[in-house]
Amino acid sequence: MSERDIDWGDLMRAAIGGDTAAYNRLLTSLAPAIRAVARRGLGRAGLAAEEAEDVVQETLLAIHLKRHTWDPSLPLGPWVRAIARNKLIDAMRRRGRRDHVPIDDVVETLASDTAEPTPIPGRLDEHLQSLPDRQQSVVRAISLDGASIRETATRLDMSEGAVRVALHRGLAALSVRFGSTKS
Amino acid sequence: MKTGDLIRALTSDLAAPGPSIETRFVVAILPGVLLAFALFAITLGPRPDLVLVAGDVRFLFKFVVTLSLALCSAILVWRLVRPGAPARLQMMALAVVPVVLVIGVLMEMVVLPPPSWGARLVGSNGLVCLLSIPLFALPMLIAEILALRQGAPTRPALTGAIAGLFAGGVAAAIYAAHCPDDSPLFVALWYSLGIMIVALLGSLAGRLALRW
Repeated sequence: MSERDIDWGDLMRAAIGGDTAAYNRLLTSLAPAIRAVARRGLGRAGLAAEEAEDVVQETLLAIHLKRHTWDPSLPLGPWVRAIARNKLIDAMRRRGRRDHVPIDDVVETLASDTAEPTPIPGRLDEHLQSLPDRQQSVVRAISLDGASIRETATRLDMSEGAVRVALHRGLAALSVRFGSTKS
Repeated sequence: MKTGDLIRALTSDLAAPGPSIETRFVVAILPGVLLAFALFAITLGPRPDLVLVAGDVRFLFKFVVTLSLALCSAILVWRLVRPGAPARLQMMALAVVPVVLVIGVLMEMVVLPPPSWGARLVGSNGLVCLLSIPLFALPMLIAEILALRQGAPTRPALTGAIAGLFAGGVAAAIYAAHCPDDSPLFVALWYSLGIMIVALLGSLAGRLALRW
């Protein structure tokens, strides 16, 4: 994974500098790697691989909200793996599985089939429905409809600043809900 | 929701990062340190012969041990809140602190005749020490845990315990300016116990408040 780490680190550095295209590329290329880790871990614990997408989404949220905890002098890969492993273990705990998680196996790379599955309503959708109206509308407009901040502001008759705040709070609340619910 | 949709939302939420964890930690801890000094001034105050003992080796040794504990704990905590960051060096540095304390104890035992060990160990102020250190440490510990919630510790209980060692170390250094017992034997017993209480509280707080 070391070659890829260099790319990931560069992308994250660019993202921290405000490069949204680099950030989008980074998250898009991290998703399949996390998915492979999640499928493997769930499979070993005898859990359905369909739940892997919940873990992927929870991990991406954590990566986003905790990106300031990455030390730019270190490679990005171990940081991403540690977060993915943490979220995977959380997900298994919530399922009431306290099996030993074979960590070294879990973080091994990677199965070849890492395409995103056809969407089924996941936990993210449940959590989204539980958000306050305004946050929910903003998150939906930007994620599902692909609207920009400005379009969302016009559509919902809010200021762009208010849209940004609602988006950020909504995403943070989604992350908390992943952590707190039992399903 | 498809993961690609989520990524679109995350990308739109990209903003300049705030201050570093270290900065947040220091900013959060400062009022706690001031409060600890205030508590110290109200409850105990410095010992009357502070100026006379200021150059005494045993007196200074208390500050060497407690402040190096605080420093090494802070440096370790800053690693523990970063997922996947190697922390082995920082752990080894922290492990040196009790070794230094043991060396101090051994030297004391060489210098003093065995019959006086017991009196030095028990000292005159043990209970005050045991209560003061957690009392002074508590505001710092609370401030620390709140600041560390910005981090992402993969071992929340351990991270909280090390945060407790930091708060306990600073609190013990403040208390040391009052403490009339200077023997490393006393420090090894009572200071350690007081700091352990804070570390235990920190561990519990970490388990409850540092999950993410």
